[in-house]
Amino acid sequence: MDGGQVSAQTFSLDGPMLDRLMPFHVCLSATGHITATGPTLRKIAGDAALIGQRFFETFVLRKPGNITDMTGLLHRAGDRLHLALRGDKGPGFRGIAIPLAGGKGALVNLSFGIGIVDAVGQHALTDSDFAATDLAVELLYLVEVKAAVMDELRRLNQRLEGQKTEAEEQALTDTLTGLRNRRALDMAVTQTLNRRDAFALLHIDLDFFKAVNDTMGHAAGDHVLCEVARIMVEETRAGDTVARVGGDEFVILLPGTVPHTQIIAIANRIIERLTVPMPFEGSLCVISASIGITTSDIYAAPEAEQMHQDADHALYAAKHAGRGCAVLFER
Amino acid sequence: MHGLINKSIQCFVRDTFGAACWSAVARQADLACETFESLFVYEPGVTDRVIDAIVVVLHRPRETVLEDLGIYIVSDLSVASLRRLMRFGGVNFTDFLHSLEDLQGRARLAVPELTLPELRVCDLKPDYFTLTCRSPIAGAGFVFLGLLRVMADDYGALVVLEHQGMRDGAEVIAISIPDLSYHEGNRFELGTATG
Repeated sequence: MDGGQVSAQTFSLDGPMLDRLMPFHVCLSATGHITATGPTLRKIAGDAALIGQRFFETFVLRKPGNITDMTGLLHRAGDRLHLALRGDKGPGFRGIAIPLAGGKGALVNLSFGIGIVDAVGQHALTDSDFAATDLAVELLYLVEVKAAVMDELRRLNQRLEGQKTEAEEQALTDTLTGLRNRRALDMAVTQTLNRRDAFALLHIDLDFFKAVNDTMGHAAGDHVLCEVARIMVEETRAGDTVARVGGDEFVILLPGTVPHTQIIAIANRIIERLTVPMPFEGSLCVISASIGITTSDIYAAPEAEQMHQDADHALYAAKHAGRGCAVLFER
Repeated sequence: MHGLINKSIQCFVRDTFGAACWSAVARQADLACETFESLFVYEPGVTDRVIDAIVVVLHRPRETVLEDLGIYIVSDLSVASLRRLMRFGGVNFTDFLHSLEDLQGRARLAVPELTLPELRVCDLKPDYFTLTCRSPIAGAGFVFLGLLRVMADDYGALVVLEHQGMRDGAEVIAISIPDLSYHEGNRFELGTATG
């Protein structure tokens, strides 16, 4: 600034006026001793008597570095200072020093930088501890508002997450294959049982699927699962329920009275088609399937749990018999 | 209208008159979804429809409903933080009254999409003020009537409030303050936020 353009004016402020204007100030003598402090600084320093202390023994100037005396301080007059009370590990204060007229020392004005939130809590600062022009209270207000909005966002996210989980639980479709899932299967079985309709349950386990997944990758595995699903749907009727109930486990519900020989024929045709190598990105995926079957007509009072167990037994027998075959459960 | 406002109305009805009552209001107002989300923005007509529905369901005058809403938003525990946020406005009740002109700006600092009524405060005498409230929601002034009652008590001030109806398209509330520090009021500390 061109000093010549500004009319030189000397201000004279008494202590109380200075306290109001800059409640967080320090007056220094030419020798660097503290001669006066604002009320906020007094509050922060607590019982420590600051008056008469050497400024550079009470405060440490963090930035700019290497300033340890009045000459150095006045050399940086007007620059932003970062300082802290000696021994304080916190974020410290921001400040600015200006020389007093006639070489009578310096006036240092301080403010809380980013540490304001903690400082307010620690020292129980109130509105009156800040200059009337200070935006500290607005900042504190914003901090609280931000916390409230974040809380609300967190609650919203939790609600959405809950709704997502609920929707997934209520879903009836296996997302990879488009087949029904276990939940849909359970519902179909229950409904069929409630109607006292006859039906057959086919428990199907893919053979060698893990090898495909391990050697050719998950993409190949997923492709195989989709092909398997397509074949099962093609080999069954519209009213049948085809469900994927595990990684490579499937269940087919065939409602209606179907002769056992025909059910086994359906199972064998599915195995036959699944055994045909499936091309994937220039390679062939080779799998097979084992199937365990039970039918409701062999039970006096068919129950879902018992029938699943029995179909599993038959499936185990099919695996034991060398895989790639279908076994009908017999009592 | 912003979800914060709609959600406040929903909570007010639910907490004061019960969940069944809110369901009835939601049906009466023909809401697409029974619950509002605080951080969503809804079409402008919804808020008015909800207020009209409350009037019908509760058989209460609109003015009473809105004043009770104003009392609720700064006194109920579930939104106690709002009263605290209001206290940032000033160190005493008159200081607080003057800060109401900043309410719109403060709200926008917090949630940019949130539009609050335009408020003007006139200090006709040191102990006599008028608050002018301009809002697309008819009767919004009554919300501030209720809110001021609670805030005056929170500051410990003895005040007399009167809704004087409409003047130049805005609602006018007269506020006289016979005693600014009638009782101690509730303490407010800048730094007690639990953050």
